[in-house]
Amino acid sequence: MSKLEFLQGNIACAKGAIAAGCTFFGGYPITPSTEVAEYMAEALPKIERGCFIQMEDEIAGIASTIGAAWTGARSMTATSGPGFSLMMENIGYAFMTETPCVIVNVQRGGPSTGQPTMAAQGDMMQARYGSHGDYAIIALCPATVQECFELTVKAFNLADQFRCPVLVMTDEIIGHMRERVIIPDSVEIIPPKPAKPTDLPFATDETEIPGFLPFGSGQRTHVTGLTHDERGYPDSADPQRHETLVTRLVHKIESKRHEIADYEIVNPDAEIIFVCYGVPVRSVQQLAAQDKTIGYLKLRIVWPFPEEVLKQFKCVSTFIVPEMNLGMISREIERHTTVPVVSAGKIGGDLHTAQELQEIANAYKATRGRT
Amino acid sequence: MRTEIRFAGFGGQGIITSAVIFGKAAALYDNKYVVQTQVYGPEARGGAATGAVIIDEVEILYPKVVDPDIYVIMSQDGFDKYGTKTKPDAIMVLDSGLVHDRPNCTYYEVPASRVAKEDLGRVIVANIIMLGALVAATGVIGREALKEGILTSVPKGTEELNMKAMIQGFELIQKI
Repeated sequence: MSKLEFLQGNIACAKGAIAAGCTFFGGYPITPSTEVAEYMAEALPKIERGCFIQMEDEIAGIASTIGAAWTGARSMTATSGPGFSLMMENIGYAFMTETPCVIVNVQRGGPSTGQPTMAAQGDMMQARYGSHGDYAIIALCPATVQECFELTVKAFNLADQFRCPVLVMTDEIIGHMRERVIIPDSVEIIPPKPAKPTDLPFATDETEIPGFLPFGSGQRTHVTGLTHDERGYPDSADPQRHETLVTRLVHKIESKRHEIADYEIVNPDAEIIFVCYGVPVRSVQQLAAQDKTIGYLKLRIVWPFPEEVLKQFKCVSTFIVPEMNLGMISREIERHTTVPVVSAGKIGGDLHTAQELQEIANAYKATRGRT
Repeated sequence: MRTEIRFAGFGGQGIITSAVIFGKAAALYDNKYVVQTQVYGPEARGGAATGAVIIDEVEILYPKVVDPDIYVIMSQDGFDKYGTKTKPDAIMVLDSGLVHDRPNCTYYEVPASRVAKEDLGRVIVANIIMLGALVAATGVIGREALKEGILTSVPKGTEELNMKAMIQGFELIQKI
């Protein structure tokens, strides 16, 4: 029997984490993400082996989250812009050490401390490129409170499947608004690939993903952010070693991007296609209900970017990309298509209205009419 | 049909709480689609407090209030901010002891804070009186749904007080 609840997005993320079997949260509270930590602080001590730690800052928050993952726990932290910036180095460490963990970023207006209480999607490029060196990442973007629950569950599964940090990129609007949510009795849990007793901790097969041998599993494991061999021992001066390792780490995610992809297409034969993710999806859907001449692509997973999907729009003459930033994913789309891309960026904290999107679509139609 | 409800007052009156209780009542006990939002900022501490609820029979897409159909106003500041821009067919429920001006739309005068303090002995339940009045005046959700929403939200031991407050809200509207 599933249960109906009336929840805000942040609490739905926390409940999704608990449903997914998360037993560790380490973090530092920051508006507008604080409710995630508050809920976990109450819920985790009541769970067997559950542990909540408020660390001294966000650097320590993600560090403790990575450490907990190496004990075999499903672990999570939550933050917003300034804290996300502080976490960047250790997100790279989690990538390099193939540590499964989940980071929820309830995006607010930046740069710097910016607008603590207002929504934004300004961290989308930081999510992909903010840590140094070559890497790949998985980033999920909920547009409803229900999706906050579902995509947090999914984030834990993807983290274990691909052995990498996974980001849930929500925002202040979704984080703080309340909606009806269906909480199922149980959720699908996909465990990490088991390792054989004879496996070296970072040895891989054709999947390019090593089995997971956390501390205490009875086998030797060494974890380092330095370029390392299959035992996990540092070997940072061999060019071939580095190339092989980092190429595999990137490739294990990027080569599966169409398998990871999670999206919805409505009216694919339209000439005007909106591409959207996160809360602006709602404005696009509102417009699509009124204007049947438009279609849209709703991305639930933005990174890795599923560029093949763009080819499904056979009649498209323009992609319009409403985002709560000055144009980030619009650039990514431009990279993958010869179709003109219109960036409909908006910052300040207010969501695009359907009317505003209609005007952008109409302005485009008018230019088409003249040529 | 999309119905937008704006709640306004000052920090400490339980404005946000009443929006959450009302949203919960509609979503879980009246089987409606609901989005509840609030102005979340430094002004929430002591200054103006604002909440909003949108109710519909179909999924609510755009989550922010555009032009409210119903207002629940518990301070003159709240009236100054929202009450002067009401559309003609809007309905306002106002705390008549705290709001001095009157809107151009249909309105109901409810002395919620005075009744809460003098008749129930606890000014804190004025927001629940206002919820009772809101439901009695507009019928936007059922009375049973509101009752369930309140009972599943308020602290243990305060159920009776809050039920009295809700019923006071119903009765204050019937007297008008």
